[in-house]
Amino acid sequence: MMKRLALSLLSLAAVLLAAGCAAKTPTSVKIGVFEPITGANAGGGALEVEGVKLANELYPTVKVGDKEYPIELVISDNKSDKVEAANAAQRLVDKDKVQVVLGSWGSSLSMAAGPIVQKAQVPAIGLSCTNPLVTKGNEYYFRVCFIDPFQGTVMANYAFKELKAKKAVIIREVSNDYSVGLAKYFEDSFKKLTGNDGAILTELNYNTGDQDFSSQLTEVKKYSPDVIFAPGNFTESALLVKQARELGIKTPFLGGDTWETPEFIDVGKEAVEGIVFSTFFATEVPITDTSKIFLDAYRKKYNKEPAAVTALGFDGYLVARDAIQRAGTLDTTKIRDAINETKDFPGAAGVINFDENRDATKDAVIKVVKDGKFTYLTTVKP
Amino acid sequence: MTFALFLQHLANALALGSLYALIAIGYTMVYGILRLINFAHGDIFMLGAYLAFYGVALFALPWWASLLLSLIFTALFGIGLERVAYRPLRDSPRISIMISAIGASFLLENLAVLVFGGRPKGVDVPALLNRVVQIGSVSVLSVSLLIPVCTLLILIVLMRVVNGTKTGMAMRAVSTDIETARLMGVDVDKVVSFTFGAGSLLAALGGILWSYKYPQLNPLMGMMPGIKCFIAAVIGGIGSIPGAVLGGFLMGFIEIMMVAFLPALSGYRDAFAFVLLIIVLLVKPTGLLGRNQAEKV
Repeated sequence: MMKRLALSLLSLAAVLLAAGCAAKTPTSVKIGVFEPITGANAGGGALEVEGVKLANELYPTVKVGDKEYPIELVISDNKSDKVEAANAAQRLVDKDKVQVVLGSWGSSLSMAAGPIVQKAQVPAIGLSCTNPLVTKGNEYYFRVCFIDPFQGTVMANYAFKELKAKKAVIIREVSNDYSVGLAKYFEDSFKKLTGNDGAILTELNYNTGDQDFSSQLTEVKKYSPDVIFAPGNFTESALLVKQARELGIKTPFLGGDTWETPEFIDVGKEAVEGIVFSTFFATEVPITDTSKIFLDAYRKKYNKEPAAVTALGFDGYLVARDAIQRAGTLDTTKIRDAINETKDFPGAAGVINFDENRDATKDAVIKVVKDGKFTYLTTVKP
Repeated sequence: MTFALFLQHLANALALGSLYALIAIGYTMVYGILRLINFAHGDIFMLGAYLAFYGVALFALPWWASLLLSLIFTALFGIGLERVAYRPLRDSPRISIMISAIGASFLLENLAVLVFGGRPKGVDVPALLNRVVQIGSVSVLSVSLLIPVCTLLILIVLMRVVNGTKTGMAMRAVSTDIETARLMGVDVDKVVSFTFGAGSLLAALGGILWSYKYPQLNPLMGMMPGIKCFIAAVIGGIGSIPGAVLGGFLMGFIEIMMVAFLPALSGYRDAFAFVLLIIVLLVKPTGLLGRNQAEKV
């Protein structure tokens, strides 16, 4: 009995092994979409996925050598969690064997995936993650957006020049690398502009997922800053600004690119009127021909204006597709080299060139919330 | 710190503490009767908030009607949950029912992600409750004035029910010794259902009031408040309703005041709650108002 059981198990294993080892010629090119579909960052992730999916609809195939392959999107949810992000990235490179990874919204999540794509030698293109550490020292991570040292300076300049601010308070989402990094760059820049090392009156912290900021904001009431810089995730920031207004704090609020989601206005409502933030793209200012193609397609499909990160998602897909075409192979190391050689690529959110750290040099766009909508203010060049 | 600022901090603490107290009552009631820590309580809190939201968003009901309906539906849901997940395990080892509670919690959270969507939703707070009220130099949201009143009213009503009615007597009997109560003719199933219904109703009320104060719904919104309110119930003495209220106020107070006096540690705000739990468990494990339960062998 035991002998028969062992024999049948062995033969089963042998059959499965044989089936597994059968050489499978790839029939499609796979692009992994590594985004938060659930969790605190789900709003931002959904926007980027919109852009990638739209690009996939418009350009569903790629020519590799002399064969035309359909491009298949593999969506892997990192659940807005750093630990889960590592798992999600691992799944994409091991199980799904994608050629390129796109994402993620949220620098912490991209940084979690960094070592994994580097080890697997699969190139990744960050879409809106702005913390410099995402690409630093990792030759397999690129990004189609600007980085925080630039963004921090943009907001500091705005505060100093437009708002004539001399003193500021910083409120950071301390468990979010993006927030901490951007706050630091703003601080350095603001101190330099005002020539005053004490220009930052105080720095307060909160954690991801917090909903009550009353004690931190009551602290802020002690000082009278000219401006409050609060770069953080949109979910917490909307509540933060609302509670600030409820406490009678009328100081202008400045933020970063994470604020541009519909949820921010949906939750903040009248409280977030007048807040200003920096971002990547404004539909009022289409930059290239691709911008027009993107805007037309998006408006036709969704009948509303796209968010900046959607344009970046669109661009990430196009850059990946263009690189695969130029590489002429499905070998991921060669695709990485092809991405690196991208020159003057016309993306929807601007012209893309990668510098020595694989970051794109892009203009920043400043927007304000007016009448419950994100409205374009101005463009800032690097 | 100026006196005006201190008063503002105090007002914040009262508002937050009374919310925690409201939710902690539900935890403590269920524990008192069943010796079960209902980990799904935080998710029932979330469900109540979502139902009230959809009542207004989908069916265009006035906010108070949506609130009442949500309370009723969530209470019924709580009773249903008990029937399905806890009653079959009542005679099993205590650990089984606890694992079932954890499972129920995960189920509710992930169902909510599927049904309601993972992206947060903004709540339309009724204008009456969304006004900023100025008392001297202190600014409070009008709903923050309502919550402590609610909590104290409920506390008084519950104490009267538990100590002055037949149902209350049955609850106390089941809480003391479930087997003997059954032998004495107490309908244990009914008592447990009533307790769950009441606890879930309070959780739903807490959830709706929470969503008026922090107008953002997401499927995992019950996780942190759930854990903190569980800690509050433990601090006050799990099984004691006044203890839960006291624990809730204490939690809110400590959370706010810690940041008020040590703003540099504002990032560690949540950590204070857990440190407090550890201290209480080390020093007085039965909690502040807890009874010393000698285990009869």
